[in-house]
Amino acid sequence: MSDVNSVILLVVILLNFFTLGSARLVACIRAVALQGALLALLPVTVHGLSGHSLILALGALTLKGLFIPWLLLRAIREVRIRREMEPLIGLVPTLFLGVLATVAAFLFADRLPLLLEHQEGLLVPASLATMLTGFLLLMTRRKAITQVVGYLILENGIFVFGVLLSTAMPLVVEAGVLLDLLVAVFVMGIVLNQINREFATINTERLSALKE
Amino acid sequence: MAHLLLHLLVLLLFAPLLPGVIARTKARFAGRQGPPLLQPYYDLLRLWRKGFVLSRTTTWVFSAGPVVGLVVPLLAALLLPFGALPAPLSFEGDLILFVYLFALARFFTAAAALDTGSSFEGMGAAREVTFSCLAEPTLMFALLVLAKLSGGLSLQALFGTHLPASWGSGAGPALGLILVCLFVVLLVENSRIPFDDPNTHLELTMIHEVMVLDHSGPAFGMILYGAALKLMVLGSLLVRLALPWNSGFWLFDLLIYLGGLLLLAVLIGVVESVMARLRLVRVPQVLIGTSLVSVFALVLVLR
Repeated sequence: MSDVNSVILLVVILLNFFTLGSARLVACIRAVALQGALLALLPVTVHGLSGHSLILALGALTLKGLFIPWLLLRAIREVRIRREMEPLIGLVPTLFLGVLATVAAFLFADRLPLLLEHQEGLLVPASLATMLTGFLLLMTRRKAITQVVGYLILENGIFVFGVLLSTAMPLVVEAGVLLDLLVAVFVMGIVLNQINREFATINTERLSALKE
Repeated sequence: MAHLLLHLLVLLLFAPLLPGVIARTKARFAGRQGPPLLQPYYDLLRLWRKGFVLSRTTTWVFSAGPVVGLVVPLLAALLLPFGALPAPLSFEGDLILFVYLFALARFFTAAAALDTGSSFEGMGAAREVTFSCLAEPTLMFALLVLAKLSGGLSLQALFGTHLPASWGSGAGPALGLILVCLFVVLLVENSRIPFDDPNTHLELTMIHEVMVLDHSGPAFGMILYGAALKLMVLGSLLVRLALPWNSGFWLFDLLIYLGGLLLLAVLIGVVESVMARLRLVRVPQVLIGTSLVSVFALVLVLR
């Protein structure tokens, strides 16, 4: 099972790089959706098949893999922003920073006083790397919707860490779900805000007058 | 001696089949019949029978380009094990020589292009050099990963018998990453879609084809042959990495290797059929991305 884990986490880290290097918003959101769906497999592969892990997996899959990406894609369609990521610093430097952060995460995770069964695996470094990637996206992207993407990746990183602890501390699970809800509300707020702004600046009455 | 001859014979006879397979795959994808599989051999024969046309503005550098382009893959192939067949020539650190032999070939091709004095060819040379210097770190880091896993510094050791065990161990994901990275390097180095279109003749988008426009007859034949050899040599890295089995019987090993190469050619054809060319500004980004992925693979192996 640890092989499946490491492959999942490796793909998650590669998706981090992809979101940092990609210039297209839709591709980024799809990558985050895929990342969330992959992470939803983790509770089952780490802790085995039980009611607890199944609920966790299903919750994560519906929220992270389906619902939030759907919301974001819909928001993009409604507000008609297509591809612009508008990074504050270029895509290649961000990618470099992302790799540096990942390497730092690996070095740092090796120094942490972990339990023996967690020392060799990718769980801790992958979670740290994903969180740092989320921070990077939050810092370097200008648009609200790309910042939400960064926030989602950050949350994915926290989720990986939560999986590590979920048998010992069931409370963390609830906290994770709550955080997901917070993201959903966040997304909705931004969607409404964007639509509001669109209607404030573009006066439909004047547009129809132009047509005549 | 017999071994060396077999090595060269396989390389020389088999290499032009690969572009034929790629062309056939692309034709099938487009719903066409396609040229016969042996078309590259006919092309080479036809070009060989023609005469040279040399511009009066060119010097010996212009004719040196194709010659070096043909000899370098031959030399590089001597350092490389073909599947499970051992390399005829092997010493510690030959992977550096392997990488820089290709840099030498590129230098001479670019110099020959510049020697024509055409600004158009100079543009192609500039692009080719930029892209290949970005592809070089990827190749180096990938070879470093293999060196760390094998503990040796010769290509023979890098692609030795430890590979099946490495795939099964914790280093498997890292090997998978560098397999993808090496495939990208193969596409760049052989000027394939999505990085360069070998069939385009649109001035602003050509990279490699620009540099060889002024060559004719046997010289152009040498360039085509050299390109096919290069495809086979770089492809051998991938095939050995993906199919690392040793059966112990040399004929069977050779068949596995050649079959792997044919599969690789089909894969390249599929990639070329389903992908569009990248915009020129995106190419360096992708190449830097693959370099970083191979650095990440090295981190995975080192920890």
